[in-house]
Amino acid sequence: MTAVDERPEAEIGKARRRKEDAHLITGRTRWTDNLSVPGMLHLAMLRSPMAHATITSIDPTDARSRPGVVAVFTGADFKDVQGNVPCAWPVTPDMVNPGAPSLAVDQVNFAGECVAVVVARSKAEAQDALEGIDIEYEPLPPVLDMDQAVKDGATLVHPNTESNRSYTWVFESGAAGTGAPIDDALRDAEVTVSRRFVQQRLIPAFMEPRAVMVEPSGEGVTVWSATQIPHILRVMLALTLGLPEHKVRVIAPDVGGGFGGKIPVTPEEIISVLVARRLNKPVKYTESRSESLMAAHHGRDQLQDITITATRDGTVTGLDVHLLADMGAYLRLVGPGVPILGAFMYNAIYKIPAYRFVCEGIFTTKTPTDAYRGAGRPEATFAIERIMDELAVELGMDPMELRRKNWIKHEEFPFTTVAGLTYDSGNYEAATDKALELIGWNDLRAEQQERRDSNDPVQLGLGISTFTEMCGLAPSRVLGSLSYGAGGWEHAAIRMLPTGKVEVVTGASPHGQGHETAFAQIVADKLGVAFEDVELIHGDTASSHKGLDTYGSRSLAVGGIAIVNAADKVIEKARKIAAHLLEANEADLEFSGGKFRVAGSPGSEVGIADAALAVFAAHNLPDGVEPSIDAEATYDPENFSFPHGTHLCAVEIDTETGMTKIRKYVCVDDVGTPINPLIIEGQVHGGLAQGIAQALFEEAVYDDAGNLTTGTFVDYTLPSAADLPSFTTERTETPSTTNPLGVKGVGEAGTIASTPAVVNAIVDALRPFGVNDIRMPATPERVWRAIHGGGKHRAAGGTTAYGGASTSTSDGDGGDLQ
Amino acid sequence: MIPAPFEYVRPSSVAEAVSAIGAAGEDGKILAGGQSLIPVLRLRLAYPTTLVDLGRVAEMQGVRDDGDAIVIGAMTTHHDVMHDPLVAEHAPLIAQATGTIADPQVRHRGTFGGALSHADPAGDLGAVALALGCEFVASGPGGERRIAASEFFHDYLTTALAPDEVLTQVRVPKLGAGWSSHYEKFNRVAQAWSIVGVAALVRRDNGSIAEARIGLTNMGSTPVRAAAVESALAGADVGSVAAAAEHAADGTNPPSDLSGQADYRQHLARVLTKRAVLAAVGS
Repeated sequence: MTAVDERPEAEIGKARRRKEDAHLITGRTRWTDNLSVPGMLHLAMLRSPMAHATITSIDPTDARSRPGVVAVFTGADFKDVQGNVPCAWPVTPDMVNPGAPSLAVDQVNFAGECVAVVVARSKAEAQDALEGIDIEYEPLPPVLDMDQAVKDGATLVHPNTESNRSYTWVFESGAAGTGAPIDDALRDAEVTVSRRFVQQRLIPAFMEPRAVMVEPSGEGVTVWSATQIPHILRVMLALTLGLPEHKVRVIAPDVGGGFGGKIPVTPEEIISVLVARRLNKPVKYTESRSESLMAAHHGRDQLQDITITATRDGTVTGLDVHLLADMGAYLRLVGPGVPILGAFMYNAIYKIPAYRFVCEGIFTTKTPTDAYRGAGRPEATFAIERIMDELAVELGMDPMELRRKNWIKHEEFPFTTVAGLTYDSGNYEAATDKALELIGWNDLRAEQQERRDSNDPVQLGLGISTFTEMCGLAPSRVLGSLSYGAGGWEHAAIRMLPTGKVEVVTGASPHGQGHETAFAQIVADKLGVAFEDVELIHGDTASSHKGLDTYGSRSLAVGGIAIVNAADKVIEKARKIAAHLLEANEADLEFSGGKFRVAGSPGSEVGIADAALAVFAAHNLPDGVEPSIDAEATYDPENFSFPHGTHLCAVEIDTETGMTKIRKYVCVDDVGTPINPLIIEGQVHGGLAQGIAQALFEEAVYDDAGNLTTGTFVDYTLPSAADLPSFTTERTETPSTTNPLGVKGVGEAGTIASTPAVVNAIVDALRPFGVNDIRMPATPERVWRAIHGGGKHRAAGGTTAYGGASTSTSDGDGGDLQ
Repeated sequence: MIPAPFEYVRPSSVAEAVSAIGAAGEDGKILAGGQSLIPVLRLRLAYPTTLVDLGRVAEMQGVRDDGDAIVIGAMTTHHDVMHDPLVAEHAPLIAQATGTIADPQVRHRGTFGGALSHADPAGDLGAVALALGCEFVASGPGGERRIAASEFFHDYLTTALAPDEVLTQVRVPKLGAGWSSHYEKFNRVAQAWSIVGVAALVRRDNGSIAEARIGLTNMGSTPVRAAAVESALAGADVGSVAAAAEHAADGTNPPSDLSGQADYRQHLARVLTKRAVLAAVGS
């Protein structure tokens, strides 16, 4: 007789198609805007057409008399109760937060700011009535340029501040004790390369516009919102509006993308709650695409002054980073902290002995900024990977050799960096070697030389990005040390139903990531139940009462571990029941494939479903044991997770038109142990698209008056699949050692890594033309001007060609960027 | 993104359409697919009092053979134009250029005549119509008249159509033997408007170029012919295409906008004209 292995096939590692796709892709689902409640009224927002102005008069009389209009409110109606749109990240003790009204009262500080709200019986009537609000503005000079904004005598965005500088955040390795003093490195440098890089402003452009529906109920409210953060929103609404937290219920139904763009508490959410409570009527507000592009927060927008020092033989000795980070007009929920997350990432995968990071958060009269996919880490990765290439040129070294010489070797992990983080694991050599082979690096280099030699109108460029990032936000004590207003734990509960089915409650609130599938795979393996028997409950503070939501590639690395820990508790509770039913000692039971057996005596077994039924009936339980095997767990990670990888890009540049075409893109990512390779693949593909989009396609452009000129998808050129190459994606698997699944986050890696790979490739192609930098997005016009201007020509302002290519190096080559 | 209120009329014949447009007066607007008009209405950049929807005017749809020309109904969708056998046979340039317009969703709703009447100089069909020497057939209260392509485009978003007229069909002359064509479009992302586009029609005779007609997209407030290139190419051999194309921007006054400044557009016109002509002659 042969033993038959009856254990179910392992779920972890299986490339399952996502459970949630059918309803999300077809849209036959509960988007917030699809919902309604009886008696619901509709809101429309009047938004400022001025970037910076005082409101001299506002008269809604005509609007109030329009058909279907129930009420019109202005800032004056709510100024005593609306509080401020919350910012939870005072990054320094003296950070200046001038306050952020949801409805502007006396002054507007960006074009798109809400100044009045119409409440009507239909959405169309609400929109029509906006034109009946008579409002007059006295223009103030816009504040658009960060370099200008920090100068003495600059126009102040906010009259109640003394400067447009909200904060200055400083880290220096000598002072912190994590490395040598930066001043020594700068003084003793054999080679110094300095650059100013520009992280252009981007628009998250999630697919589902923001929407919120509010139903008042006595002292409280129920809020449905297209948000990434139902749990944090609940706390913030309670704190901001003085509502009793237990009377506030927040539901994030299916949410159609976010990319960080649905992290903050929004003015529109607060206004909707205020109106619903004032009228004691349910209301709904859904923004238009135009409103979304203009007024939902933007991302990036940093000026990066970077200096790297090295010895002549290519050993990096120091890195000095000075950022101006555009906060826009107001500090949003985590806006000030976004560039600070970069502080830990500029040193990247390298052993850099001395490091300084200074970041100034600056107010301008533009749309507020906050997290956008990667949040601080893409900017850091771009800067270090770009300047490593420039250092290699300065040293006459191969850029990959320079990286190899300086990166942390696989045998050196765990490695504590100059920024004070301890990287638990990694193998940069393995990922790099694999990537080089996949792309055919040497052949491409040979082809590049041939094209150069023959003066081919199509030139080839090769770009490298060897990256790591910190994700799985985050160890609470680290967040505490950064003055963040909350922790970084996650909560999970597992409820065993009498029929053996399983409900898993998570505080990680998905908006497209695939939680329902990946988490079910984990639970199926842990408890030995069928994948189909696991249902995920999320996104409703009434049913999933505790959580810190989804951002920073945290759901699996933090939320997934909470689920594992809860499952372990279920197993331990079930073990007592099984031991009782089997009349065995708990210690003698082994658990696998969903069944408890007495070790060494096959035959008698009790399944986890049997235990669930036993506690439901509760007829026959051991003394003193409660009739439940349900369990919950709250997991606070001890460390971040550090996915890494090597991304290589080959571009063809049509030197006659300046058009860049990606010929081949190869990435080898290490995200630790894969739970669902198909979801990983999807995350990497989407991440690459967004990172490449920063390099080649996207930029939020403002005109001289402070109006967003890229306010539609005609001008804000999001790429589609037709504009992107077929990606070659592979993985290495170096498990994280700081969590029991060995997983690392994957949600942002593609975005973080890809931008510098593309720009490095473009600059590599153009070096024979004297080009040593190019502004993003590297539009055909910018590339053409860089080629034909010897790398120094810049287009005039007012087009996306502004800025061309220019930077400075230690030998004074190149122009200066204005 | 909800338009201001308007009256909506949906005629079922050209005669009804003409009378509806007349009744709507100067604040009326013709809806001919709506791929440009609807966004403008949703952004409340226009406030027409009446929309006259031509979507049900069957006689304005489809392509037919009319001897020395093919006749494309103004309300034929881009999708149908692209896949029409008569267009493929007699005016492949139209099919090729139409295939570059926006994306499949837009091409299923947008119409051939709607795009031409809208007369956005960044639109691809105007340059093609100019190069082909199309005739535009308009109906109004006074009956029907024909307008040569060279007379049709007056200015940015402005045509020879009177306010009470509707474009009903476009007559595309059948080209004789020896003609070949290419549309070269340059844009940043697949669904975007042209930064510059070049429509090239070339007739070859005994190996050299006997005649060329070049239409330029987005090189001015209207689509324009590159007359200097055309005369330089007449009788030229293929080896002189690059030199001829150097005249592509002569006399043009292209816009400067987010997608490119005027001097870059003029440069692109030269490069793309060279490519379009070479592609047309199969080199």
